[in-house]
Amino acid sequence: MSLWKYANPVKFLALSARVQPFAWAAAALGILIGLGWGFFGTPDDFRQGSTIKIIYIHVPAAWIAINAWIMMLIASLIWLVRRHHVSALAAKAAAPVGLVMTVIGLVTGAVWGQPMWGTWWAWDPRLTSFLILFLFYLGYIALWEAVEDPDTAADLTSVLCLVGSVFALMSRYAVLFWSQGLHQGATLSLDKEENISDVFWQPLVLSIAGFTLLFLALVLYRTGTEIALRRTRALNVRLDKAV
Amino acid sequence: MPELGKYATEVLSAYGITLLLMLALLVQTLRRGAKARAALRQAEQETARHGKN
Amino acid sequence: MIALLIRDLRLAFRAGGGFGLGLAFFLILVVLVPFSVGPQSALLSSIAPGVLWLGALLACLLSLDRLLALDFEDGTLDVLATAPLPLEAALAVKGLAHWITTGLPLVLAAPFLGVLLNLPPEGFVWLVVSLLLGTPALSMIGAFGAALTVGIKRGGLLMSLLVLPLYVPTLIFGAEAARRGAVGMAVDTPLLLLAGISLGSVALLPFAAAAALRMTIR
Repeated sequence: MSLWKYANPVKFLALSARVQPFAWAAAALGILIGLGWGFFGTPDDFRQGSTIKIIYIHVPAAWIAINAWIMMLIASLIWLVRRHHVSALAAKAAAPVGLVMTVIGLVTGAVWGQPMWGTWWAWDPRLTSFLILFLFYLGYIALWEAVEDPDTAADLTSVLCLVGSVFALMSRYAVLFWSQGLHQGATLSLDKEENISDVFWQPLVLSIAGFTLLFLALVLYRTGTEIALRRTRALNVRLDKAV
Repeated sequence: MPELGKYATEVLSAYGITLLLMLALLVQTLRRGAKARAALRQAEQETARHGKN
Repeated sequence: MIALLIRDLRLAFRAGGGFGLGLAFFLILVVLVPFSVGPQSALLSSIAPGVLWLGALLACLLSLDRLLALDFEDGTLDVLATAPLPLEAALAVKGLAHWITTGLPLVLAAPFLGVLLNLPPEGFVWLVVSLLLGTPALSMIGAFGAALTVGIKRGGLLMSLLVLPLYVPTLIFGAEAARRGAVGMAVDTPLLLLAGISLGSVALLPFAAAAALRMTIR
């Protein structure tokens, strides 16, 4: 498959240099128009009032938070099987982006629920699952930082990502089970996926597209950073030997 | 500014925190990236100067 | 395999082997709970199943670093990795040894500690059953976490950060089973799921742990 030629760092960087300008520009457009339209140009929800406007950041952030992890999972698998460094570095690059998106999802989710719940935090199944995802991101990033040898770090974090993904999925279902506990009823879970009419849907799609393109741009740039760091390390090792 | 009504604090805080976090991410990304690329350029120059080993 | 098991058990029971520390921690933690939430029996009664599960889980966590760190330092792991016994089997045995020396004692101690927390009478059976079914998962998931961090200096704290999120499903189903049992509700669903997690962990995680160990030792 010709896609594999981008496992070569040089080819990857060349492609990245061509794609990034478009990605950054399109991301900015998508986010500005999507959020602007949503914030200024859409009505309030009859039940949730103006808090419905939070949907334009909460949903895209949550969408990226999950998909970033999935991308890391795929990249980890590619590293384990085909040993392409670009893949391992792309996973490393994506993690902090996913982490920030998870935090945005958590904060906006909590704030959105506040008028409904009366508290700044509630153990709603969706929020709880994102909190667990946040912990998985933290652990993944911490492991990358803790292991000295870069290739071993790539190996171990890939295994963690794989095993973590299985447990993250299990946690999702466990949390759903857990939240139907003894005294909690449907009143505690905020159903945010009610049918969204077109009025909200269009700016939302634009926002999601904008966030996705931003994720692409950030990961491309950050992978380039990791490649530069790796190459610098290799050059410095050789320089020390020469000098 | 649209009529945010009684949820103005909530909506504005949500947008505000998001903006802050995204800016922080952007700044960190670009600063770390610039530093790394500068270090690479320097290492490449030094390698060129000391001959190919 | 038996030889490895006996060796690990003997090491754990020897002086300085750390046996009993997990139990002591469990006890101390349970004693601290009424000091932190107040002594009202109704409150203690309702949180007892969850607190006991959490205490057992934390006691398991704390005894995990001895699982592999010592063997890593004195080179035993290198020997195990090149021995005819598959590394996966060796790690499964280590997980078993950990369960026998840590998990099982916690299960046996739990009812006594339950008395301290006013655990409802129906709750004792389900506490023990859920812990019995769930502690193997805790040991094996812990072994995986230990394998991931074995080569890292002072990796104990990092291991906790990695393992605790992995513990969430086990804790949810285990504590839920204990809690529902304590009030007389049906417990089959959480118990079944808990057993599933334990079985799956014991069957599959040795492979992940062995892979991680090989990456570090290489």
